[in-house]
Amino acid sequence: MLTKRVKPSAPMDFDHRGRDWYVDKAVTFLVFVGGISAIIFIIGIFVFITKEGVGFIAGPLNVREFLGSITWRPTSPQNPRYGVLGLIAGTASVTGLAMLVSVPFSLGAAIFIGEFATGRLRESLKVLVELLAAIPSVVWGFIGLSIMNPLIIDMFDVPVGIGVLNSGIILGLMAAPIMTTIAEDALKAVPDTYREAAEAMGATKWQVIFRVVLPAGRNGLVAAVLLGVGRAFGETMAVLMASGNAIQIPTSPFDSVRAITATIAAELGDAPVGSDHYRALFTLGILLFVVTFIINLTADFVVKGARRT
Amino acid sequence: MTHSEGDGGVSGPSLMFAATPLNTRNHRLQWLFRALFGLMTLILVVPVGIIFGVLLVRGGPAISFEFLFSYPSDGMTAGGIWPALVGTIWLVAVSLVASVPVGVAAAIYLSEYASDSWLTRGINLAIINLAGVPSIVHALFGVGAFVIFAGFGTSILAASLTLAVMTLPLVIVATRESLQAVPMAFREACWNMGATRWQTIRTVVLPNAISGILTGVILSVSRTAGETAPIMFTGAAFFFPFLPTSVFDQTMAMAMHLFVISTAVPGAPDELKYGTALTLITLVLLMNAGSIWFRSYLRGKKKW
Repeated sequence: MLTKRVKPSAPMDFDHRGRDWYVDKAVTFLVFVGGISAIIFIIGIFVFITKEGVGFIAGPLNVREFLGSITWRPTSPQNPRYGVLGLIAGTASVTGLAMLVSVPFSLGAAIFIGEFATGRLRESLKVLVELLAAIPSVVWGFIGLSIMNPLIIDMFDVPVGIGVLNSGIILGLMAAPIMTTIAEDALKAVPDTYREAAEAMGATKWQVIFRVVLPAGRNGLVAAVLLGVGRAFGETMAVLMASGNAIQIPTSPFDSVRAITATIAAELGDAPVGSDHYRALFTLGILLFVVTFIINLTADFVVKGARRT
Repeated sequence: MTHSEGDGGVSGPSLMFAATPLNTRNHRLQWLFRALFGLMTLILVVPVGIIFGVLLVRGGPAISFEFLFSYPSDGMTAGGIWPALVGTIWLVAVSLVASVPVGVAAAIYLSEYASDSWLTRGINLAIINLAGVPSIVHALFGVGAFVIFAGFGTSILAASLTLAVMTLPLVIVATRESLQAVPMAFREACWNMGATRWQTIRTVVLPNAISGILTGVILSVSRTAGETAPIMFTGAAFFFPFLPTSVFDQTMAMAMHLFVISTAVPGAPDELKYGTALTLITLVLLMNAGSIWFRSYLRGKKKW
């Protein structure tokens, strides 16, 4: 019996589904679940805030009053009023001032860091911008309340230093790092061959920047500004602490205003679960979610458009 | 006429590279713009220094062993921040337990498994949007999903899960970047030895990316520690002078405590507020600086 024929286990032994094979399949599944978690959560956020807010949209919501009146009196027992125009004006004025302050500086800083600065200077500036982005929003609010407030009172001789100006500057500083970082990325994405071609024609550095780099990176810069707007628009704690919280349409930069985000933060704790007030606050949340969603999608679309060319 | 021609001929070569008026103007302009943009950058980064300086000067004297390790007293107008400090550690720890596994799994999927399909594009869009959702909307989600629907009540668990959803994009993006930095050849070598996809990831890809992942985790810790809005209604208490004993307790937290004593406690001494703000910002900036240093250290050490 020298040649004991080994009968090949059908069809050969290549397909040995051992433990490793099953582990691999299980992990593939688990990792896939993790992979789609972001989608699950973004849908979850929408579903849950809609679930809590839908009772208001279907019930007491009067669109004309909601968007056209500045009377926000949700706690009045006889005649609650839900006009968010004043809140929209608050958010718009603060965000607008923040952008006025921070867009030129952020883009300027992005150009300096991306095109002028080199080596060590560039690295340390990038680190500083990153640290600026790391300061928590509640600390920014505290700065507005206790450092900027007396400063504004002294400088402009006004009775109260918290309001549009204060929170606009604070929000500008908060939105600046994200805009700087993304704008710098956009400039970096412009191929060096463009610069070299322009320099070979005898262009000076600033000519290269203004005539070649900025036009080529335009879409990225627009996206940077959009994301900055989104950041300022959605900021809560700093606005809550530095804007004064009086519901009105501001007529001067020293006026006190109340933003949409601050309204939710200030009132949710006092609104009984399931009440109209509570549901109205969730409706404001839906508004915030939809607007930031549109801003982010637009920014993404603008960048993708840039990549295609 | 010939004279002037000769003149031109003689001085021509030396004048060839001389500055024309146009050239001089261009160079002045360039210098001007460089200075202008430099100044803009300075105006942007100088506030970090000023803010930290002011906090240090006004809050520094308040910081002491006793301030850090004692309970608030006299209606939060005196005493220390110990329960808030411990609460923040609880919140950060529990939220990491939730966000790191999910975030790393998502990053592994995106970097190692996903092909360029509509689903991948959808996931990327969702990540961008999740990072862009206002923190107060995350808070509303936390209230609706964790406090009410899941029945956790206002507790550390609900607050931490809300924070975890919020920092998930940060973990995913940082992890994906460090996974993609591992050269393809490493994986191919491993596959050629007959390893499965998961064996390759576990034994080759993850060990080579682990330090980059850690950098992202440190960043998300610093972000989590500083957030206020998402925990206001999901688990952070106005005043809760006990140390939490389980994830179903409410807790104080540093960021929330700063908000409370600077807006809702009349008569809280400035020293206390500045001290709390200084402690919070020091914690956050130290972690950030640490992760930045770690990153540049790794970049210098990289072998491939």
